Amino acid sequence: MNRSMQALESVWKWAVQTARLCCGVPDYDAYVKHLREHHPERKVPSYKEFFRERQVARYKGTGGRCC
Amino acid sequence: MQAVIPKPSPASKILWVAIAIVGAFCLGVVALRRGEPINAIWLVAASISIFVIGYRFYGKFIEHSVLKLDPTRAPPSVLRNDGLDYVPTDKWVVFGHHFAAIAGAGPLVGPVLAAQMGYLPGTIWILFGVVFAGAVQDFMILGLSLRRDGRSLGHMLREELGPVAGVVAMFGVLVLMMIVLAVLALVVVKALTHSPWGTFTVAATIPIALLMGVYLRWFRPGKILEVSIVGLVLLLASIAFGKTVADSTVLAPLFDFDAKALAWLLIAYGFCASVLPVWLLLAPRDYLSTFLKIGTIALLALAIFLAAPTLQMPAVTKFIDGSGPVFQGNLFPFLFITIACGAVSGWHSIIASGTTPKLLANEGQARLVGYGGMLMEAFVAIMALIAAASLHPGVYFAMNSPAAIVGSTVQDAATAISQWGFVVTPDELLQTAKNIGESSILGRAGGAPTLAVGMAQLLHNIIPGGGMMAFWYHYAILFEALFILTTVDAGTRVGRFMIQEIAGLIHKPLQATESWTGNLLATAICVALWGYFLYQGAVDPLGGINTLWPLFGIANQMLAAIALMLCTVVVVKLKRERYVLVPGIPAIWLIVCTLTAGWEKLSGPISFTAAAQKYAQAMQDGKLLAPAKTPAAMQQIVTNNYVDMALTGLFMLLIVAMVGFSLRALIRAWRTNHPTAHEEPYVALSSVAS
Repeated sequence: MNRSMQALESVWKWAVQTARLCCGVPDYDAYVKHLREHHPERKVPSYKEFFRERQVARYKGTGGRCC
Repeated sequence: MQAVIPKPSPASKILWVAIAIVGAFCLGVVALRRGEPINAIWLVAASISIFVIGYRFYGKFIEHSVLKLDPTRAPPSVLRNDGLDYVPTDKWVVFGHHFAAIAGAGPLVGPVLAAQMGYLPGTIWILFGVVFAGAVQDFMILGLSLRRDGRSLGHMLREELGPVAGVVAMFGVLVLMMIVLAVLALVVVKALTHSPWGTFTVAATIPIALLMGVYLRWFRPGKILEVSIVGLVLLLASIAFGKTVADSTVLAPLFDFDAKALAWLLIAYGFCASVLPVWLLLAPRDYLSTFLKIGTIALLALAIFLAAPTLQMPAVTKFIDGSGPVFQGNLFPFLFITIACGAVSGWHSIIASGTTPKLLANEGQARLVGYGGMLMEAFVAIMALIAAASLHPGVYFAMNSPAAIVGSTVQDAATAISQWGFVVTPDELLQTAKNIGESSILGRAGGAPTLAVGMAQLLHNIIPGGGMMAFWYHYAILFEALFILTTVDAGTRVGRFMIQEIAGLIHKPLQATESWTGNLLATAICVALWGYFLYQGAVDPLGGINTLWPLFGIANQMLAAIALMLCTVVVVKLKRERYVLVPGIPAIWLIVCTLTAGWEKLSGPISFTAAAQKYAQAMQDGKLLAPAKTPAAMQQIVTNNYVDMALTGLFMLLIVAMVGFSLRALIRAWRTNHPTAHEEPYVALSSVAS
């Protein structure tokens, strides 16, 4: 029971991460972890700030989707 | 440093032999059974077997021998990890992301158009095209970019072929993008012409997206899933309400437009959408269309498996001789131009050298994402082909033939199509239109409506119910229109940035993307560029798709040829000449196809030149040819054909120039006795992994 719950949870996590990435929003937890480890001097943005910044960044680059 | 390939066990040998036998048998049934219709499941089984074998053997061969990918080597995501763009990510997450980025309207439209030649030519090109060309391109470009810090196609072309080659290719990409946007927008126009139900539901996506944008910005920031569910429910409600609109004598005229009016509306919409802040309109629509796209592709797969339709279209029709109504031209080269995405698509090379290489956590996962992702897309193309081929051929040709060929009434169309050997009565055509809640199905070229009818019939077989077919039809139209419009918005924005960059070379302040002058000016230029071709399609005598789709196909395959030429050059530069044919043969094939198709569009009976001359001659004789009603409209058609000619000529010159650059680099690399490719130095994964 416990194991199947864990499996479900990891599938859900995978789905959420994939869905967000498809919309150009990378994993927030990974970003926070990266900041803490490599740039402790920088301020950690809230999820809201992070989301807004990524939303704008997505439509700046070239390509990104197909015909 | 090469990974050791373990010897296959006897059990795995037996398994692969079994898959090969099943695949060969199914393909035999698909290819050889004549006279009696076959079930779509044979086609599905044959495709899956070929994909699995291609992935396991050819994909692995490219991985180990041609690219020599090395799981011990640190990829860009690890070396440059910034937590945002470069992030080592789970391989299935990358796979999902990559597939969502490459799958679009292309694999759904091309195969539907190509079904006029029967299901067999399209099937064979998709299956073998993807294994030997499309997936090879995606995978190899991904592999090259992985070894170059995740650099873009343009950057790699500049490095490996020289700066001029890079500029020439990027110019080609800009022109290609304008054609893509115009053709895709035209698909929407064709689907919505005089369809109040469809137009209402597509129009409803704008306020729904605005609502989602505001919700996501102010009420629940970043809750994409939540807001997408709200959006989806509203969308389904708008489809249901669309019937009321279509039946109402007051509301229906408000959403009833002809092709010209729709073209202008889309141009105006495209301009607004790319000038407004992204969070308001573009981003929420993007979320909705991404999820709807994946969901609908899954639904289509489920429908095909459950309904297991019989293919009503013959395996091969007489139209392989080039006399087809949907697009003109012989099987060679036009089949290979018409089905681009699904078999091989140049656009993918931009994505395979975009975000994907910055996310892969290990070189060993590149085959799954690059080669495997493209196989998935080919499967989508096969499903679209099945949906089209499972329709009554008479209905298929009535929907996809221009009025200039079959006439504009059901009686004329039924007579003309029955004469081709696809017996259909006017009543059958009327009944189909009634079933899907439309007044007419004639002249709805462009793939989307055909696929929608096919999908509606498949889903109706599984979930019967009065009026449900009309719901499913409009659902399918909405889903295609939604993601095409998202592509148009985002493409206009990207085009705007590209134009601003070029304009900045002439007058520096125009480059500032924050400046309103530069912004509005560049957006206007970008919209005008694709808008011109869209409007041209809307007034085209042959319905637009017939004329513009080959142009799109030539441009897309041209980009694929450029990407494959880059791979060929790099293979030689790495001094792995014995594998030069792996990317070399598909590159040569695409060069031959695009140049032949281009030539036939420049001179001969199906060329733009001939069309221009026909109308110019008629003008001299003082006659009017349909659909032109005034001499000015006649002149417009002549000019449009000359523009198309010039563009075709430009694409041909571009490809010849790129062949020249590639040959120069190839010869130089061949004569050098050491590797000269610009790869980043080896860094062991174990030395940097935390």
